[in-house]
Amino acid sequence: MAARKIDSALRSGTLLLAFILSVFTAFSQDPEVDSLPGVEIIAPLRSRSIIAPQELSGARLSSLNAHSVADALRYFSGVQLKDYGGVGGVKTIDLRSMGSHHTGVFYDGIQLGNAQNGQIDLGRYSLDNIERIALYNGHKSEIFQPAKDFASGASIYIRSRKPHIPAGRKLAGSVTLRTGSFGLINPSARLDWRISDSISLSASAEYTYADGKYKFRYHKVFSDGTTAWDTTATRRNGDIHALRLEAGAYGQFHGGSWHAKAYFYDSSRGIPGAIVNNVWKNSQRQWDRNFFIQGRIEHHPSSRYMWMVNAKYANDHMRYLNPDTTLLYIDNSFRQQEVYLSTTHKLAILPQWEAAVSADWQYNTLNSNLSNFVYPRRHTILAALSTQATLNTLRAQAALLLTHADDRFLSNPLQPGSGHRHTSFTRLSPSLFLSWTPATSEGIETHAFAKRIFRMPTFNDLYYTDIGNAALKPENLNQFDLGATWRILPATTCVTALSIGADAYYNLVTDKIIAVPKGTGQYRWMMMNIGKVKILGIEAAGDISISPLSELLMHMRASYTFQSARDFSDPTDNADEAGTYKGQIAYVPRHSFSITADATWRAFKLNYSFIYVGERWDNSSNIPVNYVQPWYTHDLSASYSFPLCATTASVSLEVNNLLDQQYEVIRNYPMPGRNFKLILRIDI
Amino acid sequence: MLLALFSCREDDIIFIPEEVPTGTPVLSDVRGFYLLNEGNMGSNKSTLDYYNLLTATYFRNIYASANPSVPKELGDVGNDLGVYGSKLYAVINCSNKVEVMRADDAVRISSIEIPNCRSIAFHGRYAYVTSYAGPVEIRPDYSQLGFVAKIDTVTLQVVDRCIVGYQPDGLAVSGDNIYVANSGGYRVPNYENTLSVISLASFSVTKTIAIAPNLDNVIADRHGRIWVSNRGDYYDVMPSLTCYDTRKNRIVATFPIGASAMWLDDDTLYTVGTSWNAETQSNVRSYHKIDTEALQIEEKGPITDGTETEIRVPYAIAVNPVTKEVYITDARSYLNPGYLHCYSPEGIRQWSVRTGDIPAAFAFIGQ
Repeated sequence: MAARKIDSALRSGTLLLAFILSVFTAFSQDPEVDSLPGVEIIAPLRSRSIIAPQELSGARLSSLNAHSVADALRYFSGVQLKDYGGVGGVKTIDLRSMGSHHTGVFYDGIQLGNAQNGQIDLGRYSLDNIERIALYNGHKSEIFQPAKDFASGASIYIRSRKPHIPAGRKLAGSVTLRTGSFGLINPSARLDWRISDSISLSASAEYTYADGKYKFRYHKVFSDGTTAWDTTATRRNGDIHALRLEAGAYGQFHGGSWHAKAYFYDSSRGIPGAIVNNVWKNSQRQWDRNFFIQGRIEHHPSSRYMWMVNAKYANDHMRYLNPDTTLLYIDNSFRQQEVYLSTTHKLAILPQWEAAVSADWQYNTLNSNLSNFVYPRRHTILAALSTQATLNTLRAQAALLLTHADDRFLSNPLQPGSGHRHTSFTRLSPSLFLSWTPATSEGIETHAFAKRIFRMPTFNDLYYTDIGNAALKPENLNQFDLGATWRILPATTCVTALSIGADAYYNLVTDKIIAVPKGTGQYRWMMMNIGKVKILGIEAAGDISISPLSELLMHMRASYTFQSARDFSDPTDNADEAGTYKGQIAYVPRHSFSITADATWRAFKLNYSFIYVGERWDNSSNIPVNYVQPWYTHDLSASYSFPLCATTASVSLEVNNLLDQQYEVIRNYPMPGRNFKLILRIDI
Repeated sequence: MLLALFSCREDDIIFIPEEVPTGTPVLSDVRGFYLLNEGNMGSNKSTLDYYNLLTATYFRNIYASANPSVPKELGDVGNDLGVYGSKLYAVINCSNKVEVMRADDAVRISSIEIPNCRSIAFHGRYAYVTSYAGPVEIRPDYSQLGFVAKIDTVTLQVVDRCIVGYQPDGLAVSGDNIYVANSGGYRVPNYENTLSVISLASFSVTKTIAIAPNLDNVIADRHGRIWVSNRGDYYDVMPSLTCYDTRKNRIVATFPIGASAMWLDDDTLYTVGTSWNAETQSNVRSYHKIDTEALQIEEKGPITDGTETEIRVPYAIAVNPVTKEVYITDARSYLNPGYLHCYSPEGIRQWSVRTGDIPAAFAFIGQ
């Protein structure tokens, strides 16, 4: 098999192709991964955006060893996942080292908000009902989109499954059960219903329970390699109970379409906490109840004009309890609400020149039982003007975003009736995206973008009792990106697709909001705009699909990221090697890469993935005491589908962290070792 | 070739102390001092440093190699440090323990469980440790009194507990009593403002004395007076320093200075402070010497050469009992390594050395 591949590669006469294939060949000779299936990643095909996203969808997404959206995003270039471990552990992502607050996460086209702390825990979005995840740097370079879609440094679009109903039927559905390590019991069900030719509904429900227990091991050795200490313990208080209910309606009418969605999530979880000397267990808990309804309608009255309206209401409740009587007892509740309305209009001025305008209004409130709380409310108005033109092989898009935010909060919570304070600010954010396909070199596309954007301080940054700083300014981000992709056309029928691509980028974060010392007492932190980070990065990725036998499909993708993300906040802190000035910022590895490979043969699928995250420091003082080891995990899965009565059934087995590496993503938060998952699914 | 970029995991080797020649040797009975670094909460980076005055060598991060078999090293948030007899005591707040080591080489003798422990003081055969984690009162509001644990320094067992006020921090022994500073820091904005007075004989609270909100440190001088600092409320009430005369049973002086750390040497009280000014939204740093006999702030502080502007968060202070050199630490950002600065008795900077994260407490050996 290997020889055949090399033959075909040589026949194609492409050295690069031969190189990539030889890598693949070497890879597939590994006995453990001989015939691997199913990971499919990133197909920048037929996208209307100027710069294609990285994306995962369909069978490739569903066959990944990934439980949540966060797990799947690890395979994208430029993504660093902050993972506190376990089924219920917080998982947030940091794109191109800009800081997680600069990434907007959109669910079925509308942004998920968290005005309180800006954190979107992607570990909570299970892949059970997701059919596509796409990642755009800058923003999705289309112009027919709400103003908010222009308002992040990077955007992740998560699309829930639309109804899939075979022709001639009215109903379709599936039932899935996942179980395995961590005491996981995770049943889910889904029903799609075609009401008429133009309207269909889908409903989905999922329950997740896990006790969250797993063994972890810490050990240290003397310099001669003999053991100094070696401790194995069980991770506790990582249990989770979560219920997700989701319903969507999808409709079409003459010249347009609409969809509406309701989402409910209710969870109770333990917060396992940091493992430190003499503390191997924590008892903090958190309850979340998230609810939103949202909808979109779009209409194309003529070939030159289209419009769209989006609306959303969200109501989120969070309670945090620290019942540990050796610590500060905390029982805090937060309720936030969000109302969002957006309208977008696009006009084709000439066949090759379009312009769009969009206007959004958003209202956020946050209430809490914290003492001295100032009950903030925020109105945000966003307006975007954008235009897109195609000149021969050059495509260009320019956008200008206007953001105006107005906050209102109690001026002195200790004195009832003392009135409110207002703060407001206005900003303009320009961006330019270009793409050029040289006419002479088929399959090559080059692209570039430049964008200036900012992130609002969160309500916690501004108003959290004793820590918040109402005088904070937004945190600025300037982005520059230059890249190319080469879709190498297959020379043989054996290689069905082959592409490589690379991007270089520079990000500058200024007025970065960071916690700094405030006095020396119990409330010793204060948020300030004093950080400055310069990020230089390179990303490269290659994709290959081959079909060496008529019924065998194989696909492989490799992705590499280099990041120099250096702290320029304090030029005076450069006394010695411990100085933070020009140090690599916390938890950003210089080198990281991932490989995924899959193989499908008849009803069998195999999938292998490998992730490597290089050495890091937990602080921009890059000294040994702050050093965090690299980590790398191998994941494997196999699945088989077969007819069962009148249905189709499938069974999958996943093994994650095959070599049982004991590692940490965040210091003192041990990650699980080797773990298993069994998935049974019946499609009706 | 490419693979060279991707280093593999290696075994974690226990920290080897970093040896840094610093300053000039000083030959006296005082052989050196330990410096306890807090480490930011959750980081497990509380570390112990040692400065050998005889050889003028600074040893950074010595605990792990002195105690290679202790899992996860010294622990999380080291609050206080003391040498008593032949033993060194480190109060490790978030690891809920008092670590007892040999004063000569920091080798562990024992580890005493005391949840949420804060500060330590010694008298006679016993060590006294404050803790926030006393009994819980659920009604009407959740509140939790603190206690003082009495540790037998021979058996290293907790032999008694005395309930005091809310969130007790500093404590000191003066005459026949222990004076405990209650902060009430968990009860914002209803801070405590009292000292609890514990009789050494009965080990029970005999009275409480109102001083100021959010009390912090306590030091007893040799004139029967105790010096109590408070942190203020971070809004309207600024930090101050109060002198209470235990013989006259009244406050005899109040100074409008922040004293987040204090050290008494003979009749001079040295203070450093970082206090928050809500109006200017900035930290106010202060360095003072106070004549505890005359009850007056001395004209010259511990720093006279203008180098105080280089210190971002003055965090701890100590005075060499023989040379009268002054050691002041800078906690900087709380997340990165701090610095230790040595000043001559005249207030001129002699040398500086990098420490661990948040250098917080000193203890001399060989006095």
